[in-house]
Amino acid sequence: MSQAPEASREPVVTPMRVVIALCLIAPFVAMLWVGSYAKTDPAFIGIPFFYWYQMAWVLISTVLTMIAYKLWQRDQRARKEGAR
Amino acid sequence: MKDGVNGVALAVFIFFFLLVTVMGFLAARWRKAENEHSLDEWGLGGRSFGTWITWFLLGGDLYTAYTFVAVPAAIYAAGAAGFFAVPYTILVYPLIFTFLPRLWSVSHKHGYVTTSDFVRGRFGSKGLSLAVALTGILATMPYIALQLVGIQAVLDVMGVGGGENTNWFIKDLPLLIAFGVLAAYTYSSGLRAPALIAFVKDTLIYIVIAVAIIYIPIKLGGFDDIFAKASEAYGQTNPATGAPRGALVPPEAGQWTYATLALGSALALFMYPHSITATLSSKSREVIRRNTTILPLYSLMLGLLALLGFMAIAAGIKVQNGQLAIPQLFETMFPDWFAGVAFAAIGIGALVPAAIMSIAAANLFTRNIYKDFIKPDATPEQETKVSKLVSLLVKVGALAFVLTMDKTVAINFQLLGGIWILQTFPALVGGLFTRWFHRWALLAGWAVGMLYGTVAAYGVASPTQKHFGGSSKEIPGIGEIGYIGLTAFVLNVVVTVVLTFVLRAVKAPDGVDETRPEDYTADAGDPGVQVELPPATAGSAH
Repeated sequence: MSQAPEASREPVVTPMRVVIALCLIAPFVAMLWVGSYAKTDPAFIGIPFFYWYQMAWVLISTVLTMIAYKLWQRDQRARKEGAR
Repeated sequence: MKDGVNGVALAVFIFFFLLVTVMGFLAARWRKAENEHSLDEWGLGGRSFGTWITWFLLGGDLYTAYTFVAVPAAIYAAGAAGFFAVPYTILVYPLIFTFLPRLWSVSHKHGYVTTSDFVRGRFGSKGLSLAVALTGILATMPYIALQLVGIQAVLDVMGVGGGENTNWFIKDLPLLIAFGVLAAYTYSSGLRAPALIAFVKDTLIYIVIAVAIIYIPIKLGGFDDIFAKASEAYGQTNPATGAPRGALVPPEAGQWTYATLALGSALALFMYPHSITATLSSKSREVIRRNTTILPLYSLMLGLLALLGFMAIAAGIKVQNGQLAIPQLFETMFPDWFAGVAFAAIGIGALVPAAIMSIAAANLFTRNIYKDFIKPDATPEQETKVSKLVSLLVKVGALAFVLTMDKTVAINFQLLGGIWILQTFPALVGGLFTRWFHRWALLAGWAVGMLYGTVAAYGVASPTQKHFGGSSKEIPGIGEIGYIGLTAFVLNVVVTVVLTFVLRAVKAPDGVDETRPEDYTADAGDPGVQVELPPATAGSAH
C-alpha cells in the first residue's frame, strides 16, 4: 500500500498505514506457512484441525480486510481535509 | 447410479432452467440505458452495478460450477491437497484490495473495457497489449469448456446424458439446448443477463450447501465418523501408483506444493478477463473495496463444499470419474426433488460464468485485436456488433471442444490457462503502480514465463497421462515440488527486471503513457470520470 499520489506534505508511511499493511499481509503469512497447521489435532466437532483452522482464517482475514478498509477510508478522508 | 431418468429431479431442474432463461431475456430491459449500442452497455452492463449486484456477479463468476464439482472431487480423490482452494480464495481478497481500485479508476477515466486496453494506454505498446489479449482469450476458452463439463456431469447423474451406446446426438442434445439458450440471451442482453441470473444461482447454491452441510453429516453419523472413514480410505494403496490414495493432512513433502498452488492461483484469479469484466461493471471505486470485505463469504461456502468430498467417501460413493462424486452424493442422500434443486444450482452455476467469460473474451478480441489491428476507426455500434458475434463464436468453439475431444483435454488446457494468465501479472499489476518496467522487458518476461510454463507442464506425467499430468513440478534451485505457474511467474519477473535495467541503460525508447498519476485514484463523481448515474449514488468516499 504505497498509494500517496496526490498526497500533500504528509509522510507516506504513517503508523496507520503500517497497521493497514499488517492487516493485509497477515493472511499470507498464516496461510503460506502450511507447516504451522498441517495436523489433525485438536479437532473441532470431529473436523480435523487442518480444515477448521483454514476455514476460521476465512473469517479472520475478512475481519482484517474490513479493518484495513475502514482505516484506509479514514486515512484518505484525513488527507483530503489536510490538503485543503 | 440409479437406472433410467430421475423424473422428479429432472422436472425441478427444468423448472429452474426455464426460470433463468426467461430472466436472461428480460434482463435486456433491466436498468436499460439510452445509448444501448456501445460496448460499455452490452459488455459492462453500463458500468452501473452497485455493491450487492457486483457481489452476486463476482461470486457467480469466480465460484463456477466447475469449482463446485472439481474441488470436492479433488478432495474425494486425494484428500488434503484439494483443499488448497480455501487458502487460495482467502489470499485473493487482501491482494485485490491493493490493486483493483486503481485499475477501476484508471479504466473509468480512460474508458478502458479490458486489461489490454490499460496495458496499451500505460505502456504505449500494441505488441504488449496483444500479448495480454491473446493470453486472456486462450486462458478463457478452456474455462468455458469446463463449465460445459460441469453441466454434463449433472445431466449424466440425472440419467439424461445417455449411456455410452446412445447415439451421440441424443446424448448431447440436452447440452446443446442449454448452450443454445445461453448463447441467445447473452447475445441479446449482454452482461445484464448473467448479473440477473447470478441472484438465482447464488441463492440456490447457498441453500443447497446449508442443507447439505447439516443434513448429510446427520445421516452419516457426524463428522467424527466421516473423517474416520475418509482417513481409512486414503490409507489404502492405489494400485496405479503403489502409494496411498491420499492423506487427511498434507505430508511434509506436499506443503510447498500446497502453498505455491494457493499463492499462484490467488495471483492469477484477477488476471482472468472475466474477473475484470465483472469488476469494471461496478459503479464506483468503493464498491470494489467493499466487495473485498463481503466476497469471502463465498470462500467459506467453498470450504464447506470441499468437505462434501469426505462425505462422498463416507457415504460409500464409488465413481470412476471423480467429477461425478458430488452430483452422485446429492442423488444418493437427498430426496429426489431436492436433488433437482441441487442439480439446478450446479447447472445454472455453469451458465453464469460461461456467459461472463464469453463476453470478456469477446471484448478482448473486439478492443485489442479488431480495433487495434483490423479496423481502427470502428464505431461503438460496430464494436458492439463484433463483440456480440464473437461471444457466440467463443461459445460454439468451447462446445465443439467438449463434444469432439476428451474431457481431459479441456482440463489440461485449463491447467495451462492458469499458468499462462499469471504471466500477464507483471504488465498489469506492475503497470498499475509503476511505469519503471520497460515495455520490451515486460514482453520478453511474458514470453519466457509462457514458454517455461508450457514446457514444464508438458513434462509432468501422471499414472493416467504422459503429459500435463499435474500442475506442480520441482522448482529449479530449491528442489521442492511447487506450482509451475508460480515458478514461471518468478522467472518472468526476474527477466523483466534485468532487461529493464539493460534497456534503461541503453536508453531504449519508451512508449507514450497516456495516463497520469491522479487517474489511478479517481472516483466516480470526480471531474473527467464518466458517470452514468446521478452523483448522489457515487460512492461514500466524499
